[in-house]
Amino acid sequence: MISRSAGLRCLVTAAGLMLAGMASASAQGTLVMYCGVDEAWCRAMSTTFEKQTGVHVDMTRQSSGEIYARLRAEKANPRGDIWWGGTGDPHLQAAEEGLTEEYKSPKLSEMNEWAVKQAERGQFRTVGIYMGALGFGYNKEELARRKLAAPACWADLVKPEYKGEVQMADPNSSGTAYTALATFVQIMGEEPAFAFLKKLHANINEYTKAGAAPAQSAGKGETLIGIAFQHDVITVAKRKLPVVVVSPCEGTGYEIGSMSIVKGARHPDEARRFYDWALTPEAQKIGAEFGSFQFPSNKATPVPPEAPDLSKVKLIAYDFATFGSSATRTRLLSRWTNEVKNLPR
Amino acid sequence: MRLERFWLAAGAAGLGLLPWHGLEAPVAAILGWKQAAAPALFAGEPWLWPLVVPLLLGLGGERRALVGAGALGLVLALIQGLAIGLHGWDMAWLAQVFGPGPSQAAMGWGAVVYGVSCTMLLAIGLARMGWCRGDVFVLGALLLILGLVGLFVAWPVGAILRSAMQDNDGVYALGVFMEKLFNPGIWGLDCLSGGRGCGVAWNTLAQATLVGVLATLLGLAVALVAGRTRLPLRPVVRLLSLLPVITPPFVIGLALILLFGRVGIVTNFLAEHAGIPRTRWIYGMAGITIAQLLAFTPIAFLVLSGVLGAVSPSLEEAAQTLRAGRWHVFRTVTWPLIRPGLANAFLISFIESLADFANPLMLGGNFNVLATDIFFAVVGAAHDQGRAAVLALVLLGFTLTAFLAQRAWTGSRSYTTITGKGDAGLSAPLPAGLSAICVSVVGPWLVLTVVVYAIILGGGFVVTFGRDWTPTWQYLLTTFSVDHGVGGWFLSGSGWRSLITTMELAAIATPITAALGLLAAYLLDRQNFRGKGAFEFIAMMSFAVPGTVIGISYILAFNVPPIDLTGTGIIIIISFVFRNMPVGIRAGLASLAQIDRSLDEASASLRARSARTLRLVILPILRPAIVTAMVYSFVRAITTVSAVIFLVSGEYNLATVYIVGRADVGEYGVALVYSAVLIVVMAAVLLGMTALIGRQRIGRRGALAAPAEAIAL
Repeated sequence: MISRSAGLRCLVTAAGLMLAGMASASAQGTLVMYCGVDEAWCRAMSTTFEKQTGVHVDMTRQSSGEIYARLRAEKANPRGDIWWGGTGDPHLQAAEEGLTEEYKSPKLSEMNEWAVKQAERGQFRTVGIYMGALGFGYNKEELARRKLAAPACWADLVKPEYKGEVQMADPNSSGTAYTALATFVQIMGEEPAFAFLKKLHANINEYTKAGAAPAQSAGKGETLIGIAFQHDVITVAKRKLPVVVVSPCEGTGYEIGSMSIVKGARHPDEARRFYDWALTPEAQKIGAEFGSFQFPSNKATPVPPEAPDLSKVKLIAYDFATFGSSATRTRLLSRWTNEVKNLPR
Repeated sequence: MRLERFWLAAGAAGLGLLPWHGLEAPVAAILGWKQAAAPALFAGEPWLWPLVVPLLLGLGGERRALVGAGALGLVLALIQGLAIGLHGWDMAWLAQVFGPGPSQAAMGWGAVVYGVSCTMLLAIGLARMGWCRGDVFVLGALLLILGLVGLFVAWPVGAILRSAMQDNDGVYALGVFMEKLFNPGIWGLDCLSGGRGCGVAWNTLAQATLVGVLATLLGLAVALVAGRTRLPLRPVVRLLSLLPVITPPFVIGLALILLFGRVGIVTNFLAEHAGIPRTRWIYGMAGITIAQLLAFTPIAFLVLSGVLGAVSPSLEEAAQTLRAGRWHVFRTVTWPLIRPGLANAFLISFIESLADFANPLMLGGNFNVLATDIFFAVVGAAHDQGRAAVLALVLLGFTLTAFLAQRAWTGSRSYTTITGKGDAGLSAPLPAGLSAICVSVVGPWLVLTVVVYAIILGGGFVVTFGRDWTPTWQYLLTTFSVDHGVGGWFLSGSGWRSLITTMELAAIATPITAALGLLAAYLLDRQNFRGKGAFEFIAMMSFAVPGTVIGISYILAFNVPPIDLTGTGIIIIISFVFRNMPVGIRAGLASLAQIDRSLDEASASLRARSARTLRLVILPILRPAIVTAMVYSFVRAITTVSAVIFLVSGEYNLATVYIVGRADVGEYGVALVYSAVLIVVMAAVLLGMTALIGRQRIGRRGALAAPAEAIAL
């Protein structure tokens, strides 16, 4: 008796909250979306979905690290329904900790293999929605001013003429930089990779906090070379800044942007509806229209012409299981912090 | 006798009329058209029924009964709230004993009213028993502030400290805690022996001390130039020094990069015309220091100009009559009198610098400080909440030290100069040498401020700052366009919603902040009670806790019943109030310290009670402090980033968080335009508020200075 009326009360309270706080909420329901990509893309996704379904979307944009922290904090009383976008590792971590809900979308069969692999790694608590390859960008004006040759490989970045000219994010704070760290270890092997990173350290002018910051700095000329995801560099270049994207000759790692449904979501039906919709080609092509040029996960989605040509990008067989595990992550990060970060230059 | 009946009735209303659960939509809930919004007595929750007992107990009106009623009511409400949660018993042992228990939603308006009523009954009872000389007003205010501060400052901080002791799985682990606390990453001193960087604690301390000292000196110089010289600079100084207060702090960092970055306009100019090589010197301690000086010097100035203006000129005149030279007067009369102001200014800029998050984020480079490290420990790839909490502990340690130092500095000496007696002097002019120094320091600083603001206000109206100077409205239109559609005119720009939300929430928070702050200041300065030091420390603590930690701790503490606030506008308002309350306290304390107690005593001897004295004697004199507190808390609410970055939701997004997001993806145009709009709006509010409430007029000086200023303006 008590529990039934309590359940009813919960429901009515939720309804009251909605009526009170969201005057515009329609009869079609509400979806609380935590969005981990660029603001313009987030907004376009939420408004398009709202337009097509009538479901009111309450969207908050944050970095994937912030969203992960928020999910953990809200664990006892979840507020969000769906976590869309952002690099795959925190999604996997959330799946591992049971913060997200298992769901097998009927659209799963239309996905590229790497997207399904991501879902399998996360016990179907997450799914890949886009892929982005790591690389670096250089500022061609600054390069010309210094009369330097353009870098083409990871190995070029440790050349002495680039001393103080390379920027990279701090892997302790940025998923992008951790992908770079893991990529070096997988291409070269751990010991040579750390020797490389120590040499690279001499050329680094700053370890930034945010992953996309080196790409922007390269665009503005605050640094000559910035290590970042290639699509981030392209986004900067599209803003008519003199930056050139490079896909390193040795091959490179990549991220899988993911989507998860929050466990205990208050609007599970709407969340699943969004989930299915977000995997369709028509939803996935929105990214390119709003200046985000990742490689979409649905096989039928037209690949934006600006996206890095995957036939020319040498992708390594990135081992997400090993390098996404928190044991490897903690070990590599503390080794990097102790052996590389604090070295004198 | 009437008083306790009023509060008994209020408590009864809290139980029997207002909805016990749910804080949103009070009006709709009170109309009672929902089962969930039922008052406690009719909610079908038997564990709420005993809450009637304290009210019945208090009916007799006997003083011990009132004390018992208040205390019992609070304890009962607390126990039932903590014991029964959203998913049954909240305490593991209760579930073991009784099996799956009842459940309830979070507390609502009814609970708020009931809690306040019980607090007041307690205060009335204690006052009748002779506490605080039987002053109900003082006791009530004291208990209310203590309760609020305990609930919204101490409890969340406790939540974050609890998580410092736990490892990532929620198990208490003292070894891990000690290891984290004495990590060389925090305390390392390698920079002294050369090469490697120092621990983040030392970095932060060095940075904050540097900024504290420089901001205080600069603020003093500005205050002296503005208040004690006859330069035509005066209105300019006043205006410009107030500008940084209404600026989202990270925008200053942005402007500095556009000026002094490796391809900034100054750097370009120097490289092309003077052959000075381009460097990245702005990224690091130098850049943070400049940005923080631009941001915090005005705060020091506000504190110091208030104190300087309240130094009674008759003392200086007396010294002059005794043939003291200008230097002698300044050194032996003025300087000692402004010393508490200096300590306050240093303390505030020191703590501001410690807790500053936005400038190190923009300009830190490889120089790490605690506030940003805490943020990245939480949101970064490492996701180490325990480390964040430990870093917060270290930061709290520093602020505690700052308080102790401040007490030692001001000591127990008296700095009262404005008394009930007539005061008709004019302030002594500055010594010539000091005046020259001040002007030569203030001049370049003002120029830099002007340039920085030119960039912030104008930078959003060119296509790409520093590269493409074509004027454009494009960014303004993206952010703040208004469209005509089927349903008439509507706000279609992407920035409208966050702007309106920000204004609303800040406007609600401002009067609450100022009232609580000044009330606390009054209690601290004019009343004696046990635990005053602890009271002051707790009240000031939220100022010192870095905003990022406040944000996370609020989510941890207020996401589940009994208090469920995340995702609402209320939690943002509360974070504004308790983060900015210390500003009100400081402003009130600095002014009260110079109002002689004989005024209170005169009022008391005419049989006025403390509430009446406060209203009729102290508040009118405190008007400048009230203005400062209100203006500053409003502006701080609007410009704060770190505290609210975790608290915003889709429904309640804030301007600064929106701007940071834009700057984050490199859309400097939109970020600059939005900041410019924000600055203009805040300037309008600030001027309006000042005009509405009025200026300080003590003695002849205010009256004389006002026309002069009007002419100069």
